[in-house]
Amino acid sequence: MLAYVIRRVAQGALVLAIVGFVSFSMFRFMGDPLENILGQEATVLDRQELEDRLGINKPVLVQYFKFMAGALQGEFGVSYRNAIPVAEVIAERLPATLELALVSGIFAALFGIALGVYTAIRRDGFLANFIMTTSLIGVSLPTFLIGILLIWVFAVELGWLPSFGRGETGTMFGRPSSLTSWSGIRALILPSVTLGLYQMTLIMRLVRSEMLEVLRTDYIRFAHARGLSSRAIHFRHALTNTLIPVITIIGLQVGQIIAFAVVTETVFQWPGVGSLFIQAVQFVDIPVMAAYLLLVGSLFVVINLIVDLLYLVIDPRLRVERGAGAH
Amino acid sequence: MSDNTAQPLLRVRDLVVEIPTRRGLLRPVNGVSFDVERGEILGVVGESGAGKSITGAAIIGLLDSPSRIASGEVWLDGERIDNLDNEGLRKVRGRQIGTIFQDPLTSLNPLLPIGDQLAETAMVHLSISRAEARERALAALVEVGIPAAAQRIDAYAHEFSGGMRQRVVIALALIAEPRFVIADEPTTALDVSVQAQILSLLRSLCVKRNTGVMLITHDMGVIAETTDRVAVLYAGRLAEIGPTRDVVESPGHPYSRGLMAATPSPSELADKDLRLNQIPGSMPGLLDVPAGCAFHPRCEFVKDRCRNAVPTSYPSGNSHSACFLHDAEALS
Repeated sequence: MLAYVIRRVAQGALVLAIVGFVSFSMFRFMGDPLENILGQEATVLDRQELEDRLGINKPVLVQYFKFMAGALQGEFGVSYRNAIPVAEVIAERLPATLELALVSGIFAALFGIALGVYTAIRRDGFLANFIMTTSLIGVSLPTFLIGILLIWVFAVELGWLPSFGRGETGTMFGRPSSLTSWSGIRALILPSVTLGLYQMTLIMRLVRSEMLEVLRTDYIRFAHARGLSSRAIHFRHALTNTLIPVITIIGLQVGQIIAFAVVTETVFQWPGVGSLFIQAVQFVDIPVMAAYLLLVGSLFVVINLIVDLLYLVIDPRLRVERGAGAH
Repeated sequence: MSDNTAQPLLRVRDLVVEIPTRRGLLRPVNGVSFDVERGEILGVVGESGAGKSITGAAIIGLLDSPSRIASGEVWLDGERIDNLDNEGLRKVRGRQIGTIFQDPLTSLNPLLPIGDQLAETAMVHLSISRAEARERALAALVEVGIPAAAQRIDAYAHEFSGGMRQRVVIALALIAEPRFVIADEPTTALDVSVQAQILSLLRSLCVKRNTGVMLITHDMGVIAETTDRVAVLYAGRLAEIGPTRDVVESPGHPYSRGLMAATPSPSELADKDLRLNQIPGSMPGLLDVPAGCAFHPRCEFVKDRCRNAVPTSYPSGNSHSACFLHDAEALS
């Protein structure tokens, strides 16, 4: 089991080294940063001075190792746009994104699992069919359109919820958070639903089909034959067996939620790393883009690692086989 | 209260199971009647599709939709159970009627320790505490012969061999001390060497508790060694029912005769040039069961009457056979 964990961590490190190389390559292939920073009027001397300062006149490999060494210490250079260290910019923006992603992830998982179980148990019911049909909307509409529709209905027409910003933010774990005030929570609702709707429908449809599969198995039939209650059979026996494949997808979707927060944050003017990234793209602010790419890559790797470890907790078969394989 | 000992433990009367399909109404079980006494093992034998398993599923009310009991009655210990609602049936399952399925590899939930599955079954049916249920689970594992049961009670299904898993399944079926057990091909998925152990375990447990057993199988060897009486099913109908020895040694129904002739005895097996007798043709599908006796197209004794009328049950020696050969009135 320990060997398994070590192997997975090593694989994750390799993936990050590659992601790091891709991020780093942007410095060389995405236009000339000097031009962006210095403008047209700069002299050759100015350019050389800046080249020295940014270290972009050294060999590629040296630059790469310098970049990765810096990244490991949370050092991503200085933002070209506003001349603040990238780490600081990201540290300021990241909590807003994580909060949004967390809330939409919880929304997607809770509603996705609950509706998936419901539509599987009441397979031919009217409400279940209705939910399945409308869920197609969630899968097929693009995020920005859902966001704009929600703003139109709930912010413009009904006036129930704010259409942009984070509302009042208090402090939680030493960071500004919307979850501390009522207006902040209200401001979170529309962007979280927008961001999580696709994931929710995806999880729901997956849970439903997995659950239908599990309900056909022999051990569920045997559980019925033992006279267990439907509740025990559905939740104690069927749902746990359903969740194994579902957890992988949920894990991957959490990464997706953070990565795709870019669109939602732009629609709702949410001050997170997503909108930071869009601004960085517009300005060819390569250090910020590189750092964002590495950040999202690391999140995916970490989440995958957590999912793999969760497998070990949930599925005893894996535990034993891996344990035996380690000898 | 009626005197329960006067009537059989399980009484099935004219059971008909129907499956509505687009191509018409199918009857996988078509008017089957039999009794099982306390402490008796009734073997139910027949080819795949003869209606053995569906009869078992109908008794415990676990027919897969859209199959349904169309008519007939099922009585357990003098109480009618075929017309109970879901909750009533749930209380019968596990508590009154235990069920053992064919494949022990897939009958156990892979994610729950076997002790938990045993304890939850005990707790559902007997009003006992979690600690008592666990004690009972342990006792049940000891009873079915799991070695070092105290250490293995928290093990998972995959940590047991096939034979041990079937022992766990038997423990699960019997933990609430049901009066009647349906064992649906309990040894088909097991190694031959393990089959005999499992059957003798099942037999000894049921004799000890005076439990009635319906043992569904297609293996005539299992029938001959384990059962007291045997019912032969053909195309959803009862072909013959009687004491095992009589049916095996002097079968009354031409189909039973064919079955026995196709099963070699040990002395015959020693003969290298042995050719097994086989019944010509094959059992009809549910969509094209012939009129009259379902067996008539394959029967060497077929008469005009067999093509038009469905034979009822006639005495044939110590057994009863649904065959006009035994219609005493027609013969006289």
